[in-house]
Amino acid sequence: MSVAAPPVPTRTYRRLPAWAPYAVLVASLAVTAGVLTALNGFTIASMFFVSAIVYAVAITATSTAVEGRRWATDRLATTLVTFAFLLAVIPLISLLWIVIGDGVERFGPTFLTTDMVGIFGSMVEGGVAHAIVGTVYVTGIAGLISVPLGIFTAIYLVEYGRGPIKRGITLLVDVMTGIPSIVAGLFAYTMFLVIFGPAYKAALIGGIALAVLMTPYVIRSVEEMLKLVPNELREASYALGVPKWLTIVKVVLRTAVAGITSGIMIATARVIGETAPLLVTVGTIQAMNWNPFDGRIETLPVYVFRQYAQGGPAADRAWAAALTLLLIVMLLNLIGRLVSKFFSPKGGR
Amino acid sequence: MSKRIDVSDLNVYYGDFLAVEGVNMTIEARSVTALIGPSGCGKSTFLRTLNRMHEVIPGAYVKGKAVMDGKDLYAPHVDPVEVRRQIGMVFQRPNPFPTMSIADNVLAGVKLNNRRISRSDAADMVERSLTGANLWNEVKDRLDKPGSSLSGGQQQRLCIARAIAVQPEVLLMDEPCSALDPISTLAIEDLIHELKNDYTIVIVTHNMQQAARVSDRTGFFNIEGTGKPGHLIEMDDTTTMFSSPSQKATEDYISGRFG
Repeated sequence: MSVAAPPVPTRTYRRLPAWAPYAVLVASLAVTAGVLTALNGFTIASMFFVSAIVYAVAITATSTAVEGRRWATDRLATTLVTFAFLLAVIPLISLLWIVIGDGVERFGPTFLTTDMVGIFGSMVEGGVAHAIVGTVYVTGIAGLISVPLGIFTAIYLVEYGRGPIKRGITLLVDVMTGIPSIVAGLFAYTMFLVIFGPAYKAALIGGIALAVLMTPYVIRSVEEMLKLVPNELREASYALGVPKWLTIVKVVLRTAVAGITSGIMIATARVIGETAPLLVTVGTIQAMNWNPFDGRIETLPVYVFRQYAQGGPAADRAWAAALTLLLIVMLLNLIGRLVSKFFSPKGGR
Repeated sequence: MSKRIDVSDLNVYYGDFLAVEGVNMTIEARSVTALIGPSGCGKSTFLRTLNRMHEVIPGAYVKGKAVMDGKDLYAPHVDPVEVRRQIGMVFQRPNPFPTMSIADNVLAGVKLNNRRISRSDAADMVERSLTGANLWNEVKDRLDKPGSSLSGGQQQRLCIARAIAVQPEVLLMDEPCSALDPISTLAIEDLIHELKNDYTIVIVTHNMQQAARVSDRTGFFNIEGTGKPGHLIEMDDTTTMFSSPSQKATEDYISGRFG
């Protein structure tokens, strides 16, 4: 059976050449710069801002003239989306830029390995060793409490919970997500005040305060991940005579482990920079404290806060400590990504 | 290792809703029983009651008896997990475990139950089950690749291999070919022919030619209207069902005249 060749589609519209958007962009930059200079209003920021508007108008107008309305709409939408993206990225990049730029001044091996004992006034020595230990303790305790608690609650909500109890817990978790961090700090402080009296300060209290903040995040993200596991896999497991708890451990959690890990990492990153609850619960101290269960302990966010408030050479230490905190968060993220990559379900051929 | 099942006066509920009513049926050992009927008539629901998978759905329950081996599957103190270990199931859509390799998928019944198995026993089990599912020659060189790397038809045969690896008495198949192309369907049908030498097979299908091709006995389910429970209208040898059914409804359905 012979089939007639399909007609060759003909393009009945004209398109702008591929270089046209760039040409329009350069032109709008040049025109804006010229006009602003003439008006004596030239600054870098104003030039980019105004030329973005000029570009959006110019490319849409050019495109309407040459390509017609449908392509012009497409160009306008592309332009708006791209600018929105750039606008969102600018603060992020400038934040990294400033933290790294100001942080490297004092950052280094000595900074990471010394504490603040005997550092006064305009001395430029001193470091964050004691604050790193404190942050690791406090965040570690928070994680030890809230990760199991969060995972078990999420398992209950997805696999077991039904009716009003489930709805109640979900509502409470939602409310808890919005707790101001200082309230969590005061809660932990008061709890220990009642039990141990006013003199007791320890990393443990800070860990509990952060756990209050972290748990709802863990519950939420793990819950979403468990919901994503297809029901067919649970049924496949049940049909093989696997009990429910083993199905949850070996099929549901195993399938969702990549998402759970990244959820936990995000929750950790969310609380590791908390300052207010730590100010009221663990206080601040100049020296290293290796005991998480007794005594004040320094943490990185509190350290940054205190040093920056002092000003002078201390402000440099604040930036370097901020950089340290940033690096710790990035390290955690990297570990999370590696775990995800290693454990995620493998598809494709 | 195959058993017959006698079902008597079985009612299947979803909460308050009676989905299937008054099923009496004998499922013969070492034979293929096909269940046919229009969508929503309760044949899949009924199939899922046979290995107590129905009650996995919140609020779902069953009244009546399903006796295998002299024991009622729904008697008190019967552990549904034990029932499912004896009555395997293959689902409509292939559902290999995405985190496991092909070999691990076959071994899932053992590994997920935390049972120890020696390396050589495991290798034997993988080869025996995959050979039984007509898949061995296609995958023997890539047993450590993920199960999801196979084609749809291969995945379904992998699921059958997984189900027969634990050597169940009965194998339930819920429209196993509905997501597959004709070639893969043929492969599965050939496989069903071989498997019935060792297993009791119950298959739900929308494809009447398939029921006629593969089954020894056929049961026809029907439903009077939405919201009404499904009933087993008639059950007989497949040849009788497709040549001279005793019920008008069966004849209408099989010959394509509805209502």
